[in-house]
Amino acid sequence: MAGAAGPGTGAGAAGGDGDDSLYPIAVLIDELRNEDVQLRLNSIKKLSTIALALGVERTRTELLPFLTDTIYDEDEVLLALAEQLGNFTGLVGGPDFAHCLLPPLESLATVEETVVRDKAVESLRQISQEHTSVALEAHFVPLVKRLASGDWFTSRTSACGLFSVCYPRASNAIKAEIRQHFRSLCSDDTPMVRRAAAAKLGEFAKVLELDSVKSEIVPLFTNLASDEQDSVRLLAVEACVSIAQLLSQEDLEALVMPILRQAAEDKSWRVRYMVADKFSELQKAVGPKITQDDLIPAFQNLLKDCEAEVRAAAAHKVKELCENLPIEGRETIIMDQILPFIKELVSDTNQHVKSALASVIMGLSTILGKENTIEHLLPLFLAQLKDECPEVRLNIISNLDCVNEVIGIRQLSQSLLPAIVELAEDAKWRVRLAIIEYMPLLAGQLGVEFFDEKLNSLCMAWLVDHVYAIREAATNNLMKLVQKFGIEWAQNTIVPKVLVMANDPNYLHRMTTLFCINVLSEACGQEITTKQMLPIVLKMAGDQVANVRFNVAKSLQKIGPILDTDALQEEVKPVLQKLGQDEDMDVKYFAQEAMSVVVQRLRKLDLPVKDCDEPSAPGADKNHFLRPRGPGEDAGKGPAYQLCVNPRETLAHPEIVGLVHFSQSRD
Amino acid sequence: MIPGLGALTQDTLWCFSQVKGTIEIGATEDEMLLSLPALHLQTSEYHPLFQLPHGRLGPWCSPTGSPAPLSCETGCREGSWILVCRLLVPTQVSLLSMEEDIDTRKINNSFLRDHSYATEADIISTVEFNHTGELLATGDKGGRVVIFQREQESKNQVHRRGEYNVYSTFQSHEPEFDYLKSLEIEEKINKIRWLPQQNAAYFLLSTNDKTVKLWKVSERDKRPEGYNLKDEEGRLRDPATITTLRVPVLRPMDLMVEATPRRVFANAHTYHINSISVNSDYETYMSADDLRINLWNFEITNQSFNIVDIKPANMEELTEVITAAEFHPHHCNTFVYSSSKGTIRLCDMRASALCDRHTKFFEEPEDPSNRSFFSEIISSISDVKFSHSGRYIMTRDYLTVKVWDLNMENRPIETYQVHDYLRSKLCSLYENDCIFDKFECVWNGSDSVIMTGSYNNFFRMFDRNTKRDVTLEASRENSKPRAILKPRKVCVGGKRRKDEISVDSLDFSKKILHTAWHPSENIIAVAATNNLYIFQDKVN
Repeated sequence: MAGAAGPGTGAGAAGGDGDDSLYPIAVLIDELRNEDVQLRLNSIKKLSTIALALGVERTRTELLPFLTDTIYDEDEVLLALAEQLGNFTGLVGGPDFAHCLLPPLESLATVEETVVRDKAVESLRQISQEHTSVALEAHFVPLVKRLASGDWFTSRTSACGLFSVCYPRASNAIKAEIRQHFRSLCSDDTPMVRRAAAAKLGEFAKVLELDSVKSEIVPLFTNLASDEQDSVRLLAVEACVSIAQLLSQEDLEALVMPILRQAAEDKSWRVRYMVADKFSELQKAVGPKITQDDLIPAFQNLLKDCEAEVRAAAAHKVKELCENLPIEGRETIIMDQILPFIKELVSDTNQHVKSALASVIMGLSTILGKENTIEHLLPLFLAQLKDECPEVRLNIISNLDCVNEVIGIRQLSQSLLPAIVELAEDAKWRVRLAIIEYMPLLAGQLGVEFFDEKLNSLCMAWLVDHVYAIREAATNNLMKLVQKFGIEWAQNTIVPKVLVMANDPNYLHRMTTLFCINVLSEACGQEITTKQMLPIVLKMAGDQVANVRFNVAKSLQKIGPILDTDALQEEVKPVLQKLGQDEDMDVKYFAQEAMSVVVQRLRKLDLPVKDCDEPSAPGADKNHFLRPRGPGEDAGKGPAYQLCVNPRETLAHPEIVGLVHFSQSRD
Repeated sequence: MIPGLGALTQDTLWCFSQVKGTIEIGATEDEMLLSLPALHLQTSEYHPLFQLPHGRLGPWCSPTGSPAPLSCETGCREGSWILVCRLLVPTQVSLLSMEEDIDTRKINNSFLRDHSYATEADIISTVEFNHTGELLATGDKGGRVVIFQREQESKNQVHRRGEYNVYSTFQSHEPEFDYLKSLEIEEKINKIRWLPQQNAAYFLLSTNDKTVKLWKVSERDKRPEGYNLKDEEGRLRDPATITTLRVPVLRPMDLMVEATPRRVFANAHTYHINSISVNSDYETYMSADDLRINLWNFEITNQSFNIVDIKPANMEELTEVITAAEFHPHHCNTFVYSSSKGTIRLCDMRASALCDRHTKFFEEPEDPSNRSFFSEIISSISDVKFSHSGRYIMTRDYLTVKVWDLNMENRPIETYQVHDYLRSKLCSLYENDCIFDKFECVWNGSDSVIMTGSYNNFFRMFDRNTKRDVTLEASRENSKPRAILKPRKVCVGGKRRKDEISVDSLDFSKKILHTAWHPSENIIAVAATNNLYIFQDKVN
């Protein structure tokens, strides 16, 4: 079986007889059809190596025909193949032979899996650029036509993405044909194809001559925008953006705006949603005049749409819309035409709408300035901070920085604190997790005094939360706080509290101490680590719970680089040695792992004699798994033994490699 | 497994190499002659079972006493059905595929199990033609899907026989156990729906109570040959002798059909899935359980949108459940669902993301004179189907089939009695649980005829234009290949005429719940326990 001989062993075997280039390639080729998907995938990813070894001629005549027929394979293999072929031009003999790559990509462009098709199209587009104009018309355009008139809709959908790359370089006669093909795809029977055509309409319009845009694209666009399937109509909205950019204001008003107005009032909420979702793009495409006359009223309607999804999408766009308004008169427009609708949304019945609004509303304060913010926006912020839905409150809190710049956070702090406390104690741990993540930001905004006074206790309470994810997030939070407030603050407020937990009766809390030390040691530096943290860690090595003990080993490994050599040599090593003989297998394992790191570090610090004499003296160190071996000893035995006793082979592997290297480097 | 057949992973289930088996008709040359009308006439004189049913074939063969002839509508000559083949779902698929003689076209009859010995797992639970009618899929209680393909050889003949052969068989669902709820999840295939064909492969959705799966059924006729590290016999070559590289070459091989699971849509239904329906936008489908309807994208398996939820906050207030749901054949935004109260709701997905509020509500006022203890049970709708035109909806309840016009909500435009003679027997049907049977119903290709099942292996057809109806029987004893089906009649009390069957002698264990009609031709598939009968409109 081909899989039996992996490339790794192959390389070694072939190395002996001098013909060291063919064997690995032979393995790769055979593995193109191995039963194991992973090996096939691996081979496909090294397709360029295979092609290089075969040479351009054989790649063209043998490899590509084989690949053309391999479309039975798993998606991930096909995806990799489609991607590889996009960069294959050089391997088949340069641009003159780029057309040889078309057959395999053509068959990949008809498979049912969208990601594979899309990748094949992407590669085809890439290759089209490498064709000469003659080759393009002789090979590429016929391929596009074949796909466009294929029996199955998969091939026709793929064709839609290829028109725009071959059109600019084709002759006029061919151009007319291409346009004809695109037209027929726009009115295809299957909605899949019409959707693909609608999605590519804008892109195709960009490469067309302006006359053709007006005479051909606009009618197609009109048809698609009034398609019976709303799934097609909604894609026409996207095309609208690109087409609008191409037309003059006059044509825009006459040709595109009626359709856009219609789309904004479409019967189907999905189409209206699309208008709301693409609003900023549309706004930029149609320019300030039409925005003022048409889009603002449309936007108002979207903000009070009957479907919550639409309102939420529109609410998301409030800030961008306001930002993109011309600065002159912006304030008036917002105050008169947008703000009244926003006020309504703050008390919307749907929480998604409210939270969408909450995520952007703070951004308005920079646009409206201090006075307006205090007078009009602040009441809204305060209302949202009291909202029943935690997501709304979180979104407000996460954007506090915008307001801070304009009016200062003090205005809000009275309402802020209860909101934060409530979220911090929320029954849902995901909510608590979210607020923890904003803590460093809040701390920065509120300042160290306010923090110490009001929020510090919360941060400490999270460390003993009953959900692990919260405790974990709380530890990381501590590190970020230390980075923000400095070492001194850490030493005074954080470290003592953390270290007290080392005596907690709950072993989970004791472990939290270790996790905190892991992250804090780096932020706090050598002095605090050595003086305050290390003793606690070492003391915990005698813990009765094995989980704590092996976490001690892990912690020691982690903080090792921060400690000085004396501490390592005098304090850490003995403890690790002791743990290395622990009765628990996991403790032993992690202790050995940590030991090897520590020993390596000591070596780097240029203490070779002292270090290696001691453990390598026979019998002196009972920890024989780890003993660095001299060249005369059986270097392989130790690591091999370790492999056997170690339940985590994959984990252990890199460490063993390290050890072997280490013993060799001593020669 | 042969190395090198790359995509043949463990996911690929049984592959057939030109296995066309388990067709239980002796379609030898001699017997085919029997299907000629002249010979039939002769037979019918001696054998009442071969009586020709109606006058379409000429006045010379219309026996007295048979039901009035049905109309000769174009494409609808439903009175003249002949049996094309009876297909048994191969019960031991693996055994079959291991058969040495893979070219055996017709597998020996003795190999098949008689339906009276059929195990529970062999009972067919759904039947569905694909969009061209070239393939026919069945699902059974054992979680298997069997796909039949229409006989290829006769493709160029003017009148193709509607003979179907096994094309592919695979195990779609396995029995599972939900440990959190201590519930067994049956492997029974509740529904199969074909996707519109998108490339050379075929795709279908199959569902059991909880999980929908998307299957790809594809053909393969080439095989790569040539290794670098092995010689032709598969012996490893000495690496030192490799001096040139060989690229594998694809060579033709026997046609192989393989079924691969492409997507698994799981963990979205708390209750039992009763329907799946593919949307006309080709990118979504819905799955309906007793209380909820979910909308899925074919490409996304880890999330679905709940579009209908009728679960009350307090389950004690539950008064009705969803029994079936289907998308409109052309309008991607419209779907209907039926309820156990005999009502149908039509929803428009354009109006809102959640379709808890219906757009139309179809309900027929109850006739107070017919009110009884069983009224509610028998009014429960067991199946709902849009007509191909999209203009009508057909619903099946226990005793009737109703056709509704989408534009008229207050009553159906047509009501057909399927087996009204059972009205007097509801009490015993309740006792043996038959009253809860879920009969399905189908339209013919032109929406002019509807078909649905009944008991005693009877199935019914109704011509909507002429209002004629016919009862036919799908049973092994009474029909030979190419024989013309004789209409059946059930007599209600009083004097029993010759050829009539009394209500009391109906066999309620032989029920026809699942039928399918070819999308464009008059070929029907009728599932009777573990038998699948294919009947074809008599041509010539």
